[in-house]
Amino acid sequence: MNSATQPEMQVVAKAITRFQAVPGGLLPLLHAVQEGLGYIPPTATQSIASAFNLSRAEVHGVITYYHHFRQTPPPKHTLAICHAEACQARGCRSVINKADALLGTSHGSHSGHNPVHDAAKSESDWHVEPTYCLGLCATGPALMLDGQLHAHVTPAKLEALIARANTKDAS
Amino acid sequence: MSITVFVPRDSAALAAGADEVAAAISAEAQSRKLDVTLIRNGSRGLLWLEPMVEVEHQGKRIAYGPVTPEDVKSLFDADFLQGKTHALCHGVTEEIAYLKNQERLTFARIGIIDPLSLKDYEAHEGLVGLKAALKLKPTDIVQQVLDSGLRGRGGAGFPAGIKWRTVAAASSAQKYIVINADEGDSGTFADRMVMEGDPFMLIEGMVIAGISVGATEGYVYIRSEYPDAVSIMNQAVTIATTAGILGSSVLGSGKTFNIHIRMGAGSYVCGEETAMLESLEGKRGVVRAKPPLPALQGLFGKPSVINNVLTMAAIPFILSRGAKAYADYGMGRSLGTLPFQLAGNIRFGGLVEKAFGVTARQLIEDFGGGTATGRPFKAVQIGGPLGAYLPDALLDTPMDYEALAAKGGVLGHGGLVVFDDSADMMEQARYAMAFCAIESCGKCTPCRIGSTRGMEVIQKMQANPSLAPAQTHLLRDLCGTMVNGSLCAMGSMTPYPVLSALDHFPEDFHLTKATHQAA
Repeated sequence: MNSATQPEMQVVAKAITRFQAVPGGLLPLLHAVQEGLGYIPPTATQSIASAFNLSRAEVHGVITYYHHFRQTPPPKHTLAICHAEACQARGCRSVINKADALLGTSHGSHSGHNPVHDAAKSESDWHVEPTYCLGLCATGPALMLDGQLHAHVTPAKLEALIARANTKDAS
Repeated sequence: MSITVFVPRDSAALAAGADEVAAAISAEAQSRKLDVTLIRNGSRGLLWLEPMVEVEHQGKRIAYGPVTPEDVKSLFDADFLQGKTHALCHGVTEEIAYLKNQERLTFARIGIIDPLSLKDYEAHEGLVGLKAALKLKPTDIVQQVLDSGLRGRGGAGFPAGIKWRTVAAASSAQKYIVINADEGDSGTFADRMVMEGDPFMLIEGMVIAGISVGATEGYVYIRSEYPDAVSIMNQAVTIATTAGILGSSVLGSGKTFNIHIRMGAGSYVCGEETAMLESLEGKRGVVRAKPPLPALQGLFGKPSVINNVLTMAAIPFILSRGAKAYADYGMGRSLGTLPFQLAGNIRFGGLVEKAFGVTARQLIEDFGGGTATGRPFKAVQIGGPLGAYLPDALLDTPMDYEALAAKGGVLGHGGLVVFDDSADMMEQARYAMAFCAIESCGKCTPCRIGSTRGMEVIQKMQANPSLAPAQTHLLRDLCGTMVNGSLCAMGSMTPYPVLSALDHFPEDFHLTKATHQAA
């Protein structure tokens, strides 16, 4: 388990101050922490729980319920490819397979696993996750790479996007 | 004199490179020493043309698209700033048949105005409905909504006026207006376009609702997959508060109304209203049993109006032009218009607002131009991941809540996802179950366990065609349990795509006519 550092705990404390008195403030708080740190340190659970008069289990339950929240630092790049029907109809499976081939993931196969919990496990710079609709259903296949939306994605375009991101890292 | 150029800031345009196009236009104008005013509008909804650049010329807007940064130089060379022709020119925007043949009530302003300009909003009939509502008794506002025939656009189609009346009649010191903007259905993007293209319309509708039922606080729950919508809504709320549309005295009336923008966190089931309430309260987005009705015990246990974005966005028009003007559109018990969303494998995908009663065929063929790949049409899924797959034979069904239900379909949020003949309907059925397994909140057994078993049953059929007849029997039985035993639409409607795929496309399940009937 990662232990939160001093600056990390400051981000958490600031978010607590801001959202403690807000009705239903736990989700906005978690968003603020994740926006500040890129993830929600498990060691922050206790202070969040105390501030909201909840048990640690309750806070942990909320964090782990939502696909959006993560408890480990994100790698350099996050690639969310839409797996939903409208993008399927426009050929997203070939894009998903290309990502699998390039980044060593296995989102394209469906041998009974739950793809959400099958994020890339390697020490890669890339986190690949399925997403279910980005609201770009007329111009798919669609994906979000490091917060940027891309439409009309082809396997070749995906390869170029990944190469461009990797080149930026190298320079 | 400065020439006005519009480059959309809608997510669909941004994903296709609108920011790069806007930057290229600014740079090119600067290098040619031309005076250009760039406005970042919403999208007109002609999504295959995005980024669609418009130039204002002699009081009309001329459309060019889809524009890439590489096209910008040649557009300038062709003098597009004077509305001159170019390979990408589509003439006067309003005259494009796709737009001209629509009946845009809710989408009247979208793509035309700068979404964050209150001045633009007011110049296009904005705030007229709110001003009219402030002169009415609260019960008369509710009566207008009842008379308009407006039904919930989120999928259930429940009459909005009855919901409002229930909340208005409830006695409580605190009531809430809650907007469901957790638009998770694949094939839908109308809520997103409203929030990104005309946020003040949603705000105006919420204020009217608040005044009519006696609520002073409003929440908009927007999914985290829509960061642009969250950002624009937040800015719009700040602008509206500064302008006195929100706050302690709405337009000087002495009535209070505040809006809070909240972001979801990637959970499809939070689009179900009670799961959304749980999420807004800071909990796991788990479905609540009903009763109690959310209208009586909703957000934080208080009486709450919960409406979809499109439902609430229709309110300003109804108050501005009158209930009858809205109810004059539509058919049967489905009155008014619905912003349909043409998606998936379709040539001209986008937003088509039409009165209820238009057929799926008119939408897919006349507006949509058939499949994008040019291959034969196979199926359309209407109403999101919980909607049925319909074959060509059912395309002449009018888009009306009751007419579609009579054919085993659901209208849902008005999204149409088209598939060509390369689609494997058994795989689509498997996906429907898999999606339910991933997104189920886990509260009720038929949904939590049934979806996983359903996925396994279909995988067995995929692996071994000879098992198909027996497995089909199991699958139907399981679907029956899910339909009748689930707490909410997630579990009870996942069988719609599964069974419709099975009923209309048995050959994809390795079933012959004889084995299909036996199963």
